[in-house]
Amino acid sequence: MTGSATTAIAGTNKRKVGVWKKNQRALAPWIFLAPGIAMFALYVIYPIIASMWLSFYDWDGLGTKTWLGLQNYIELADDEAFYTSLKNNIIWLALYMLAVPAGLFIALFLNQTVTGIRIYKSLFFFPFVISQVVVGLIFSWFYAPNFGLFYNLIEWITGTGVAVLADDRYVTYGIIVAGLWPQIAYCMILYLTGLNNVAPDQVEAARLDGAKGWKMLWHVILPQLRPATFIAVVVTVIGALRSFDLVSIMTDGGPYGSSRVLSFYMYEQALSEYGYRMGYGAAIAVILFAIMMIFISGFIWKMIRDERGV
Amino acid sequence: MFPIAIEKTSPSIQFLYKLALPVALILWLLPLLGVAMTSLKPSSDLAAGNYFGLPSYLAFSNYADVFNNSPIGSYILNSFKVTIPTVIGAVAISCLSGFALAVYRFRMNLVLFFLFVAGNFVPFQILMVPVRDLTVSTGLYNTITGLALFHIAFQSGFCTLFMRNFIKGLPFELIESARVEGVSEFRIFWYIVVPLMRPAIAALSVLIFTFIWNDYFWATVLTTSAETQPVTAGLYSLNGQWIAQWQLVSAGSIIAAMPPVLMFFLMQKHFIAGLTLGATKG
Repeated sequence: MTGSATTAIAGTNKRKVGVWKKNQRALAPWIFLAPGIAMFALYVIYPIIASMWLSFYDWDGLGTKTWLGLQNYIELADDEAFYTSLKNNIIWLALYMLAVPAGLFIALFLNQTVTGIRIYKSLFFFPFVISQVVVGLIFSWFYAPNFGLFYNLIEWITGTGVAVLADDRYVTYGIIVAGLWPQIAYCMILYLTGLNNVAPDQVEAARLDGAKGWKMLWHVILPQLRPATFIAVVVTVIGALRSFDLVSIMTDGGPYGSSRVLSFYMYEQALSEYGYRMGYGAAIAVILFAIMMIFISGFIWKMIRDERGV
Repeated sequence: MFPIAIEKTSPSIQFLYKLALPVALILWLLPLLGVAMTSLKPSSDLAAGNYFGLPSYLAFSNYADVFNNSPIGSYILNSFKVTIPTVIGAVAISCLSGFALAVYRFRMNLVLFFLFVAGNFVPFQILMVPVRDLTVSTGLYNTITGLALFHIAFQSGFCTLFMRNFIKGLPFELIESARVEGVSEFRIFWYIVVPLMRPAIAALSVLIFTFIWNDYFWATVLTTSAETQPVTAGLYSLNGQWIAQWQLVSAGSIIAAMPPVLMFFLMQKHFIAGLTLGATKG
Protein backbone atom coordinates (compact mmCIF):
# COMPACT_ATOMS: atom_id res chain seq x y z
CA MET A 1 0.00 0.00 0.00
CA THR A 2 2.81 2.33 0.92
CA GLY A 3 4.42 1.47 -2.38
CA SER A 4 1.40 2.29 -4.50
CA ALA A 5 0.89 5.53 -2.60
CA THR A 6 4.44 6.55 -3.34
CA THR A 7 4.08 5.81 -7.03
CA ALA A 8 0.81 7.67 -7.10
CA ILE A 9 2.48 10.73 -5.58
CA ALA A 10 5.42 10.40 -7.89
CA GLY A 11 2.98 10.17 -10.79
CA THR A 12 1.12 13.35 -9.86
CA ASN A 13 4.41 15.07 -9.24
CA LYS A 14 5.58 14.20 -12.69
CA ARG A 15 2.37 15.42 -14.22
CA LYS A 16 2.50 18.59 -12.10
CA VAL A 17 6.02 19.34 -13.24
CA GLY A 18 4.85 18.97 -16.80
CA VAL A 19 1.89 21.28 -16.37
CA TRP A 20 4.02 23.66 -14.35
CA LYS A 21 6.83 23.77 -16.89
CA LYS A 22 4.41 24.58 -19.66
CA ASN A 23 2.41 27.26 -17.86
CA GLN A 24 5.04 28.63 -15.56
CA ARG A 25 4.99 32.11 -17.03
CA ALA A 26 1.24 32.38 -16.87
CA LEU A 27 0.87 30.94 -13.37
CA ALA A 28 3.87 32.48 -11.65
CA PRO A 29 2.49 36.04 -11.37
CA TRP A 30 -0.63 34.75 -9.62
CA ILE A 31 1.41 32.75 -7.14
CA PHE A 32 3.56 35.81 -6.43
CA LEU A 33 0.47 37.98 -6.09
CA ALA A 34 -1.58 35.60 -3.95
CA PRO A 35 -0.51 36.79 -0.47
CA GLY A 36 -0.74 40.45 -1.42
CA ILE A 37 -4.15 40.13 -3.04
CA ALA A 38 -5.51 38.01 -0.20
CA MET A 39 -4.46 40.44 2.51
CA PHE A 40 -5.51 43.47 0.55
CA ALA A 41 -8.88 42.04 -0.35
CA LEU A 42 -9.61 41.04 3.23
CA TYR A 43 -8.51 44.24 4.94
CA VAL A 44 -9.10 46.93 2.31
CA ILE A 45 -11.44 45.93 -0.53
CA TYR A 46 -13.96 43.98 1.51
CA PRO A 47 -14.21 46.63 4.28
CA ILE A 48 -14.92 49.37 1.72
CA ILE A 49 -17.84 47.40 0.32
CA ALA A 50 -19.01 46.35 3.79
CA SER A 51 -18.98 49.98 4.96
CA MET A 52 -21.07 51.07 2.02
CA TRP A 53 -23.55 48.31 2.77
CA LEU A 54 -23.60 49.14 6.46
CA SER A 55 -24.42 52.76 5.75
CA PHE A 56 -27.96 51.64 4.94
CA TYR A 57 -28.44 50.10 8.38
CA ASP A 58 -28.98 51.12 11.95
CA TRP A 59 -26.54 49.19 14.09
CA ASP A 60 -25.00 49.65 17.53
CA GLY A 61 -22.15 47.26 16.83
CA LEU A 62 -23.58 44.35 18.82
CA GLY A 63 -27.30 43.85 18.35
CA THR A 64 -29.20 43.16 15.18
CA LYS A 65 -28.93 45.39 12.18
CA THR A 66 -32.04 47.22 11.04
CA TRP A 67 -32.44 48.18 7.41
CA LEU A 68 -32.94 51.90 7.04
CA GLY A 69 -32.49 52.45 3.33
CA LEU A 70 -31.35 55.99 2.74
CA GLN A 71 -32.40 57.16 6.20
CA ASN A 72 -28.83 57.73 7.43
CA TYR A 73 -28.09 59.93 4.46
CA ILE A 74 -31.33 61.86 4.87
CA GLU A 75 -30.45 62.48 8.49
CA LEU A 76 -26.97 63.64 7.47
CA ALA A 77 -28.48 66.20 5.13
CA ASP A 78 -30.11 67.81 8.18
CA ASP A 79 -27.18 67.43 10.54
CA GLU A 80 -25.58 70.69 11.67
CA ALA A 81 -22.43 68.89 12.88
CA PHE A 82 -22.00 67.26 9.50
CA TYR A 83 -21.91 70.64 7.78
CA THR A 84 -19.45 72.00 10.34
CA SER A 85 -17.18 69.04 9.63
CA LEU A 86 -17.55 69.43 5.89
CA LYS A 87 -16.79 73.14 6.08
CA ASN A 88 -13.71 72.43 8.20
CA ASN A 89 -12.57 69.81 5.71
CA ILE A 90 -12.73 72.42 2.96
CA ILE A 91 -10.74 74.89 5.09
CA TRP A 92 -8.18 72.16 5.75
CA LEU A 93 -7.91 71.36 2.08
CA ALA A 94 -7.48 74.99 1.04
CA LEU A 95 -4.97 75.98 3.71
CA TYR A 96 -3.04 72.72 3.60
CA MET A 97 -2.14 73.49 0.01
CA LEU A 98 0.07 76.27 1.38
CA ALA A 99 2.49 73.51 2.30
CA VAL A 100 3.42 73.11 -1.37
CA PRO A 101 4.71 76.67 -2.07
CA ALA A 102 6.09 76.94 1.47
CA GLY A 103 8.01 73.69 0.98
CA LEU A 104 9.34 74.98 -2.34
CA PHE A 105 10.41 78.22 -0.69
CA ILE A 106 12.38 76.47 2.06
CA ALA A 107 13.87 74.07 -0.47
CA LEU A 108 15.12 77.00 -2.57
CA PHE A 109 16.50 78.61 0.55
CA LEU A 110 18.41 75.46 1.51
CA ASN A 111 19.50 74.52 -1.99
CA GLN A 112 23.10 75.64 -1.53
CA THR A 113 26.40 73.92 -0.97
CA VAL A 114 27.78 75.66 2.11
CA THR A 115 29.38 73.57 4.83
CA GLY A 116 26.95 71.83 7.13
CA ILE A 117 23.99 72.27 4.78
CA ARG A 118 23.18 68.57 4.89
CA ILE A 119 22.62 68.78 8.61
CA TYR A 120 20.40 71.82 8.11
CA LYS A 121 18.37 69.97 5.52
CA SER A 122 17.80 67.00 7.79
CA LEU A 123 16.98 69.16 10.80
CA PHE A 124 14.41 71.05 8.75
CA PHE A 125 12.89 67.71 7.88
CA PHE A 126 12.57 66.77 11.54
CA PRO A 127 8.87 67.63 12.07
CA PHE A 128 7.84 65.04 9.50
CA VAL A 129 9.59 62.19 11.28
CA ILE A 130 7.83 62.62 14.60
CA SER A 131 4.32 61.38 15.26
CA GLN A 132 1.32 63.67 14.84
CA VAL A 133 0.45 62.80 18.42
CA VAL A 134 3.70 64.40 19.52
CA VAL A 135 3.22 67.32 17.11
CA GLY A 136 -0.26 67.83 18.54
CA LEU A 137 1.01 67.84 22.11
CA ILE A 138 3.83 70.24 21.20
CA PHE A 139 1.42 72.71 19.63
CA SER A 140 -1.11 72.39 22.46
CA TRP A 141 1.69 73.50 24.74
CA PHE A 142 2.61 76.27 22.30
CA TYR A 143 -0.99 77.59 22.29
CA ALA A 144 -1.73 76.97 25.98
CA PRO A 145 -3.55 79.85 27.66
CA ASN A 146 -1.56 81.96 30.13
CA PHE A 147 1.84 80.44 29.53
CA GLY A 148 2.01 79.18 25.92
CA LEU A 149 4.56 80.96 23.76
CA PHE A 150 1.99 81.87 21.15
CA TYR A 151 -0.48 83.09 23.76
CA ASN A 152 2.16 85.32 25.29
CA LEU A 153 3.27 86.63 21.93
CA ILE A 154 -0.27 87.71 21.03
CA GLU A 155 -0.74 89.17 24.47
CA TRP A 156 2.48 91.15 24.07
CA ILE A 157 1.39 92.51 20.69
CA THR A 158 -2.32 93.14 21.26
CA GLY A 159 -2.68 93.32 25.01
CA THR A 160 -4.99 90.30 25.27
CA GLY A 161 -3.95 86.72 24.78
CA VAL A 162 -5.90 84.33 22.59
CA ALA A 163 -6.56 80.79 23.73
CA VAL A 164 -6.54 79.41 20.21
CA LEU A 165 -7.75 75.91 20.99
CA ALA A 166 -10.62 77.08 23.19
CA ASP A 167 -11.95 79.63 20.72
CA ASP A 168 -14.33 78.31 18.09
CA ARG A 169 -13.30 81.06 15.67
CA TYR A 170 -9.62 80.09 15.60
CA VAL A 171 -9.44 76.49 16.66
CA THR A 172 -9.45 74.90 13.19
CA TYR A 173 -6.81 77.31 11.93
CA GLY A 174 -4.69 76.61 14.99
CA ILE A 175 -4.80 72.86 14.30
CA ILE A 176 -4.08 73.37 10.61
CA VAL A 177 -0.93 75.34 11.46
CA ALA A 178 0.23 72.39 13.55
CA GLY A 179 -0.49 70.11 10.59
CA LEU A 180 1.32 72.37 8.15
CA TRP A 181 4.51 72.10 10.12
CA PRO A 182 5.29 68.47 9.19
CA GLN A 183 3.59 68.79 5.81
CA ILE A 184 5.83 71.68 4.74
CA ALA A 185 8.83 69.61 5.77
CA TYR A 186 7.60 66.78 3.55
CA CYS A 187 7.08 69.04 0.53
CA MET A 188 10.47 70.59 1.15
CA ILE A 189 12.23 67.23 0.92
CA LEU A 190 10.40 66.40 -2.32
CA TYR A 191 11.48 69.71 -3.82
CA LEU A 192 15.06 69.42 -2.56
CA THR A 193 15.38 66.10 -4.37
CA GLY A 194 13.77 67.63 -7.43
CA LEU A 195 16.15 70.58 -7.39
CA ASN A 196 19.06 68.14 -7.35
CA ASN A 197 17.97 66.98 -10.77
CA VAL A 198 17.42 70.39 -12.34
CA ALA A 199 19.75 70.63 -15.32
CA PRO A 200 22.36 73.30 -14.55
CA ASP A 201 23.07 73.96 -18.22
CA GLN A 202 19.44 74.95 -18.79
CA VAL A 203 19.63 77.38 -15.90
CA GLU A 204 22.84 78.82 -17.32
CA ALA A 205 21.36 79.10 -20.80
CA ALA A 206 18.30 80.89 -19.44
CA ARG A 207 20.55 83.17 -17.47
CA LEU A 208 22.44 84.12 -20.63
CA ASP A 209 19.07 84.94 -22.19
CA GLY A 210 18.55 87.38 -19.34
CA ALA A 211 16.05 85.36 -17.31
CA LYS A 212 16.21 85.67 -13.55
CA GLY A 213 14.11 85.81 -10.41
CA TRP A 214 10.42 84.96 -10.91
CA LYS A 215 10.76 84.54 -14.64
CA MET A 216 13.48 81.97 -14.20
CA LEU A 217 11.52 80.19 -11.47
CA TRP A 218 8.29 80.10 -13.46
CA HIS A 219 9.61 79.26 -16.92
CA VAL A 220 12.73 77.21 -16.26
CA ILE A 221 12.74 75.72 -12.77
CA LEU A 222 9.09 74.88 -12.07
CA PRO A 223 8.52 72.92 -15.30
CA GLN A 224 11.46 70.72 -14.34
CA LEU A 225 10.03 70.27 -10.87
CA ARG A 226 6.69 69.06 -12.16
CA PRO A 227 7.02 65.46 -10.91
CA ALA A 228 7.91 66.74 -7.43
CA THR A 229 4.97 69.14 -7.50
CA PHE A 230 2.62 66.34 -8.51
CA ILE A 231 3.63 64.14 -5.58
CA ALA A 232 3.58 67.10 -3.19
CA VAL A 233 0.02 67.97 -4.22
CA VAL A 234 -1.10 64.33 -3.95
CA VAL A 235 0.28 63.80 -0.45
CA THR A 236 -1.01 67.19 0.70
CA VAL A 237 -4.56 66.64 -0.54
CA ILE A 238 -4.69 63.17 0.97
CA GLY A 239 -3.14 64.45 4.19
CA ALA A 240 -5.69 67.26 4.47
CA LEU A 241 -8.66 64.97 3.94
CA ARG A 242 -7.29 62.30 6.26
CA SER A 243 -6.62 64.74 9.12
CA PHE A 244 -7.68 62.97 12.27
CA ASP A 245 -4.80 62.62 14.71
CA LEU A 246 -4.28 66.32 15.35
CA VAL A 247 -7.99 67.05 15.84
CA SER A 248 -8.29 64.13 18.23
CA ILE A 249 -5.16 65.02 20.20
CA MET A 250 -5.48 68.78 20.35
CA THR A 251 -9.20 69.39 20.88
CA ASP A 252 -11.19 66.18 20.58
CA GLY A 253 -13.33 68.05 18.09
CA GLY A 254 -14.11 70.86 20.52
CA PRO A 255 -14.92 73.44 21.63
CA TYR A 256 -18.56 72.44 21.03
CA GLY A 257 -17.62 70.36 18.03
CA SER A 258 -16.31 73.38 16.14
CA SER A 259 -13.05 71.74 15.09
CA ARG A 260 -14.55 68.47 13.90
CA VAL A 261 -13.67 67.19 10.46
CA LEU A 262 -15.48 64.36 8.67
CA SER A 263 -12.94 61.73 9.66
CA PHE A 264 -13.23 62.73 13.30
CA TYR A 265 -17.01 63.09 13.26
CA MET A 266 -17.29 59.60 11.80
CA TYR A 267 -15.16 58.17 14.60
CA GLU A 268 -17.16 60.08 17.19
CA GLN A 269 -20.47 58.74 15.91
CA ALA A 270 -19.35 55.16 15.50
CA LEU A 271 -16.94 54.49 18.31
CA SER A 272 -16.81 56.99 21.13
CA GLU A 273 -18.70 57.63 24.31
CA TYR A 274 -21.11 59.71 22.25
CA GLY A 275 -22.53 56.67 20.64
CA TYR A 276 -22.14 53.48 18.75
CA ARG A 277 -24.02 54.41 15.62
CA MET A 278 -22.04 52.28 13.21
CA GLY A 279 -24.44 52.76 10.31
CA TYR A 280 -24.54 56.52 10.65
CA GLY A 281 -20.75 56.60 11.00
CA ALA A 282 -20.44 54.43 7.91
CA ALA A 283 -22.60 56.91 5.97
CA ILE A 284 -20.23 59.73 6.95
CA ALA A 285 -17.27 57.59 5.90
CA VAL A 286 -18.91 56.90 2.55
CA ILE A 287 -19.28 60.65 1.92
CA LEU A 288 -15.63 61.22 2.85
CA PHE A 289 -14.63 58.32 0.62
CA ALA A 290 -16.63 59.81 -2.26
CA ILE A 291 -14.89 63.16 -1.84
CA MET A 292 -11.52 61.47 -1.78
CA MET A 293 -12.38 59.33 -4.79
CA ILE A 294 -12.69 62.51 -6.87
CA PHE A 295 -9.05 63.27 -6.13
CA ILE A 296 -7.85 59.68 -6.20
CA SER A 297 -9.36 59.10 -9.65
CA GLY A 298 -7.68 62.26 -10.86
CA PHE A 299 -4.30 61.09 -9.63
CA ILE A 300 -4.78 57.60 -11.02
CA TRP A 301 -5.89 59.04 -14.34
CA LYS A 302 -2.68 61.01 -14.58
CA MET A 303 -0.61 57.97 -13.55
CA ILE A 304 -2.29 55.82 -16.20
CA ARG A 305 -1.47 58.40 -18.86
CA ASP A 306 2.16 58.47 -17.69
CA GLU A 307 2.23 54.68 -17.68
CA ARG A 308 0.94 54.51 -21.27
CA GLY A 309 3.36 57.23 -22.30
CA VAL A 310 6.39 55.23 -21.18
CA MET B 1 21.64 76.36 -9.43
CA PHE B 2 18.63 78.51 -8.64
CA PRO B 3 18.25 81.26 -7.53
CA ILE B 4 22.03 81.66 -7.52
CA ALA B 5 24.95 79.71 -6.14
CA ILE B 6 25.82 81.39 -2.90
CA GLU B 7 29.56 81.07 -3.43
CA LYS B 8 29.26 83.37 -6.46
CA THR B 9 27.75 86.21 -4.45
CA SER B 10 29.48 89.00 -2.59
CA PRO B 11 31.02 88.15 0.81
CA SER B 12 28.40 90.20 2.64
CA ILE B 13 25.54 88.22 1.13
CA GLN B 14 27.36 84.99 1.91
CA PHE B 15 27.73 86.16 5.48
CA LEU B 16 24.05 87.06 5.70
CA TYR B 17 23.06 83.70 4.31
CA LYS B 18 25.18 81.83 6.80
CA LEU B 19 23.64 83.91 9.56
CA ALA B 20 20.10 83.35 8.29
CA LEU B 21 20.49 79.57 8.30
CA PRO B 22 20.68 79.00 12.06
CA VAL B 23 18.13 81.74 12.77
CA ALA B 24 15.63 80.15 10.40
CA LEU B 25 16.33 76.73 11.86
CA ILE B 26 15.73 77.88 15.41
CA LEU B 27 12.46 79.55 14.44
CA TRP B 28 11.41 76.45 12.52
CA LEU B 29 12.14 74.11 15.41
CA LEU B 30 11.01 76.50 18.12
CA PRO B 31 8.02 74.39 19.22
CA LEU B 32 10.26 71.35 19.49
CA LEU B 33 13.04 73.19 21.30
CA GLY B 34 10.50 74.52 23.75
CA VAL B 35 9.28 71.04 24.51
CA ALA B 36 12.81 69.66 24.81
CA MET B 37 13.64 72.38 27.30
CA THR B 38 10.43 71.90 29.26
CA SER B 39 11.18 68.20 29.53
CA LEU B 40 14.29 69.10 31.52
CA LYS B 41 12.67 71.56 33.88
CA PRO B 42 11.96 70.66 37.48
CA SER B 43 8.26 70.97 38.29
CA SER B 44 9.07 73.79 40.71
CA ASP B 45 10.15 75.94 37.75
CA LEU B 46 6.80 75.48 36.06
CA ALA B 47 4.94 76.10 39.31
CA ALA B 48 6.87 79.35 39.72
CA GLY B 49 5.90 80.45 36.23
CA ASN B 50 9.30 79.87 34.62
CA TYR B 51 8.00 78.66 31.26
CA PHE B 52 10.54 80.19 28.91
CA GLY B 53 13.63 80.84 30.97
CA LEU B 54 16.35 78.26 31.25
CA PRO B 55 15.70 75.45 33.72
CA SER B 56 17.04 76.32 37.16
CA TYR B 57 18.70 72.92 36.99
CA LEU B 58 18.52 70.06 34.51
CA ALA B 59 15.87 67.73 35.86
CA PHE B 60 16.73 64.49 34.09
CA SER B 61 14.58 62.96 36.80
CA ASN B 62 11.53 63.84 34.66
CA TYR B 63 12.56 61.08 32.29
CA ALA B 64 13.00 58.64 35.13
CA ASP B 65 9.62 59.69 36.53
CA VAL B 66 7.92 59.01 33.23
CA PHE B 67 9.31 55.48 33.23
CA ASN B 68 8.67 54.86 36.91
CA ASN B 69 5.20 56.30 37.23
CA SER B 70 3.64 55.27 33.94
CA PRO B 71 3.56 52.20 31.72
CA ILE B 72 5.48 54.04 28.98
CA GLY B 73 8.11 51.30 28.96
CA SER B 74 5.51 48.74 28.01
CA TYR B 75 3.94 51.12 25.48
CA ILE B 76 7.32 51.47 23.79
CA LEU B 77 7.78 47.72 23.80
CA ASN B 78 4.32 47.28 22.25
CA SER B 79 5.24 49.75 19.53
CA PHE B 80 8.25 47.63 18.64
CA LYS B 81 6.15 44.47 18.75
CA VAL B 82 3.73 45.95 16.22
CA THR B 83 6.23 47.76 14.07
CA ILE B 84 8.88 45.11 13.46
CA PRO B 85 6.57 42.32 12.21
CA THR B 86 4.72 44.86 10.10
CA VAL B 87 7.91 46.00 8.39
CA ILE B 88 8.95 42.42 7.70
CA GLY B 89 5.50 41.30 6.57
CA ALA B 90 4.66 44.26 4.35
CA VAL B 91 8.08 44.32 2.71
CA ALA B 92 8.05 40.56 2.06
CA ILE B 93 4.56 40.57 0.56
CA SER B 94 5.28 43.58 -1.59
CA CYS B 95 8.53 42.12 -2.92
CA LEU B 96 6.42 39.28 -4.30
CA SER B 97 3.54 41.32 -5.65
CA GLY B 98 5.78 44.12 -6.90
CA PHE B 99 7.83 41.53 -8.81
CA ALA B 100 4.70 40.03 -10.34
CA LEU B 101 3.36 43.40 -11.46
CA ALA B 102 6.68 44.62 -12.80
CA VAL B 103 7.87 41.56 -14.70
CA TYR B 104 4.84 39.77 -16.15
CA ARG B 105 2.47 40.91 -18.83
CA PHE B 106 -1.04 39.70 -18.23
CA ARG B 107 -4.49 41.11 -18.44
CA MET B 108 -5.46 42.71 -15.12
CA ASN B 109 -1.89 43.76 -14.50
CA LEU B 110 -2.57 47.50 -14.58
CA VAL B 111 -5.98 47.05 -12.97
CA LEU B 112 -4.42 45.29 -9.99
CA PHE B 113 -1.62 47.80 -9.82
CA PHE B 114 -3.97 50.74 -9.65
CA LEU B 115 -6.16 48.93 -7.17
CA PHE B 116 -3.15 48.75 -4.84
CA VAL B 117 -2.36 52.41 -5.50
CA ALA B 118 -5.92 53.58 -4.94
CA GLY B 119 -6.40 51.41 -1.86
CA ASN B 120 -3.43 53.11 -0.35
CA PHE B 121 -5.17 56.50 -0.52
CA VAL B 122 -8.59 55.64 0.92
CA PRO B 123 -9.69 57.29 4.16
CA PHE B 124 -9.20 55.02 7.16
CA GLN B 125 -12.75 55.66 8.31
CA ILE B 126 -14.26 53.68 5.46
CA LEU B 127 -12.32 50.65 6.68
CA MET B 128 -12.81 51.25 10.37
CA VAL B 129 -16.03 49.45 11.31
CA PRO B 130 -15.56 46.30 9.20
CA VAL B 131 -11.88 45.95 10.15
CA ARG B 132 -12.79 46.31 13.79
CA ASP B 133 -15.53 43.69 13.41
CA LEU B 134 -13.11 41.41 11.64
CA THR B 135 -10.56 41.59 14.45
CA VAL B 136 -13.29 41.14 17.06
CA SER B 137 -14.73 38.09 15.35
CA THR B 138 -11.33 36.44 14.88
CA GLY B 139 -10.50 37.06 18.53
CA LEU B 140 -7.67 39.40 17.60
CA TYR B 141 -9.28 42.55 18.96
CA ASN B 142 -7.04 44.29 21.47
CA THR B 143 -4.05 42.14 20.55
CA ILE B 144 -0.77 43.17 19.01
CA THR B 145 -1.19 40.49 16.33
CA GLY B 146 -4.51 41.97 15.24
CA LEU B 147 -3.04 45.42 14.88
CA ALA B 148 0.06 44.19 13.07
CA LEU B 149 -1.99 42.07 10.63
CA PHE B 150 -4.04 45.05 9.58
CA HIS B 151 -0.96 47.23 9.16
CA ILE B 152 0.74 44.56 7.04
CA ALA B 153 -2.28 44.36 4.76
CA PHE B 154 -2.76 48.08 4.42
CA GLN B 155 0.90 48.95 3.95
CA SER B 156 1.29 46.29 1.29
CA GLY B 157 -0.56 48.69 -1.03
CA PHE B 158 2.00 51.45 -0.83
CA CYS B 159 4.88 48.98 -0.69
CA THR B 160 3.70 47.21 -3.83
CA LEU B 161 3.56 50.49 -5.71
CA PHE B 162 7.06 51.24 -4.52
CA MET B 163 8.54 47.82 -5.30
CA ARG B 164 6.88 47.57 -8.66
CA ASN B 165 8.33 50.91 -9.76
CA PHE B 166 11.73 49.94 -8.44
CA ILE B 167 11.80 46.58 -10.24
CA LYS B 168 10.57 48.25 -13.44
CA GLY B 169 13.75 50.30 -13.32
CA LEU B 170 16.01 47.22 -13.18
CA PRO B 171 17.61 45.98 -16.42
CA PHE B 172 15.08 43.54 -17.84
CA GLU B 173 17.74 41.76 -19.94
CA LEU B 174 18.96 40.05 -16.77
CA ILE B 175 15.61 38.31 -16.40
CA GLU B 176 15.29 37.59 -20.10
CA SER B 177 18.68 35.94 -20.37
CA ALA B 178 18.02 33.84 -17.27
CA ARG B 179 14.78 32.64 -18.84
CA VAL B 180 16.60 31.68 -22.02
CA GLU B 181 18.92 29.58 -19.85
CA GLY B 182 15.86 27.83 -18.45
CA VAL B 183 16.04 29.21 -14.91
CA SER B 184 12.69 28.83 -13.17
CA GLU B 185 10.64 31.91 -12.34
CA PHE B 186 11.09 31.43 -8.60
CA ARG B 187 14.84 31.14 -8.91
CA ILE B 188 14.91 34.27 -11.02
CA PHE B 189 13.03 36.08 -8.29
CA TRP B 190 15.14 34.76 -5.45
CA TYR B 191 18.64 34.71 -6.94
CA ILE B 192 18.53 37.56 -9.44
CA VAL B 193 15.92 40.11 -8.44
CA VAL B 194 15.92 39.98 -4.62
CA PRO B 195 19.65 40.75 -4.31
CA LEU B 196 19.16 43.77 -6.55
CA MET B 197 16.27 44.96 -4.40
CA ARG B 198 18.40 45.58 -1.33
CA PRO B 199 18.34 49.39 -1.55
CA ALA B 200 14.57 49.38 -2.07
CA ILE B 201 14.07 47.02 0.85
CA ALA B 202 16.17 49.26 3.07
CA ALA B 203 14.34 52.41 2.00
CA LEU B 204 10.95 50.85 2.43
CA SER B 205 11.80 49.36 5.82
CA VAL B 206 12.79 52.71 7.32
CA LEU B 207 9.75 54.39 5.86
CA ILE B 208 7.27 51.78 7.05
CA PHE B 209 8.92 51.71 10.45
CA THR B 210 8.23 55.43 10.80
CA PHE B 211 4.67 55.22 9.46
CA ILE B 212 3.69 52.39 11.77
CA TRP B 213 5.50 53.73 14.81
CA ASN B 214 3.62 57.00 14.37
CA ASP B 215 0.22 55.46 13.70
CA TYR B 216 -2.39 56.64 16.13
CA PHE B 217 -5.76 56.01 14.53
CA TRP B 218 -5.57 52.23 14.25
CA ALA B 219 -3.95 51.96 17.63
CA THR B 220 -7.01 53.61 19.18
CA VAL B 221 -9.48 51.61 17.09
CA LEU B 222 -7.97 48.16 17.51
CA THR B 223 -6.37 48.24 20.96
CA THR B 224 -7.68 49.46 24.30
CA SER B 225 -5.40 48.48 27.15
CA ALA B 226 -1.95 49.43 28.37
CA GLU B 227 -0.83 45.82 27.72
CA THR B 228 -1.39 46.18 23.99
CA GLN B 229 -1.40 49.87 23.09
CA PRO B 230 1.56 51.34 21.27
CA VAL B 231 3.21 54.49 22.51
CA THR B 232 1.19 56.95 20.41
CA ALA B 233 -2.11 55.86 21.90
CA GLY B 234 -0.46 55.46 25.30
CA LEU B 235 0.87 58.98 25.23
CA TYR B 236 -2.61 60.31 24.61
CA SER B 237 -4.03 58.56 27.62
CA LEU B 238 -1.07 59.65 29.75
CA ASN B 239 -1.65 63.22 28.63
CA GLY B 240 -5.06 62.98 30.25
CA GLN B 241 -3.57 61.77 33.53
CA TRP B 242 -0.80 64.35 33.63
CA ILE B 243 -3.00 67.41 33.43
CA ALA B 244 -0.79 70.48 33.76
CA GLN B 245 2.36 68.43 34.35
CA TRP B 246 3.94 69.68 31.19
CA GLN B 247 7.42 68.58 32.13
CA LEU B 248 6.19 64.94 32.11
CA VAL B 249 4.12 65.33 28.94
CA SER B 250 7.18 66.82 27.26
CA ALA B 251 9.53 64.10 28.44
CA GLY B 252 7.03 61.45 27.31
CA SER B 253 6.75 63.10 23.89
CA ILE B 254 10.50 63.16 23.46
CA ILE B 255 10.77 59.49 24.43
CA ALA B 256 8.01 58.52 21.99
CA ALA B 257 9.65 60.47 19.17
CA MET B 258 13.11 59.01 19.70
CA PRO B 259 13.04 55.69 17.78
CA PRO B 260 11.84 57.09 14.42
CA VAL B 261 14.17 60.07 14.79
CA LEU B 262 17.15 57.79 15.44
CA MET B 263 16.08 55.58 12.56
CA PHE B 264 15.91 58.61 10.32
CA PHE B 265 19.38 59.84 11.23
CA LEU B 266 20.96 56.41 10.88
CA MET B 267 19.30 55.64 7.56
CA GLN B 268 18.80 59.13 6.21
CA LYS B 269 19.90 58.37 2.68
CA HIS B 270 17.50 55.45 2.37
CA PHE B 271 14.68 57.30 4.05
CA ILE B 272 14.77 60.19 1.62
CA ALA B 273 15.31 57.91 -1.35
CA GLY B 274 12.17 56.07 -0.25
CA LEU B 275 10.06 59.17 0.11
CA THR B 276 11.01 60.61 -3.19
CA LEU B 277 11.10 57.52 -5.36
CA GLY B 278 8.88 58.32 -8.28
CA ALA B 279 8.87 62.00 -7.45
CA THR B 280 11.91 62.67 -9.54
CA LYS B 281 11.50 60.30 -12.45
CA GLY B 282 9.45 61.03 -15.51
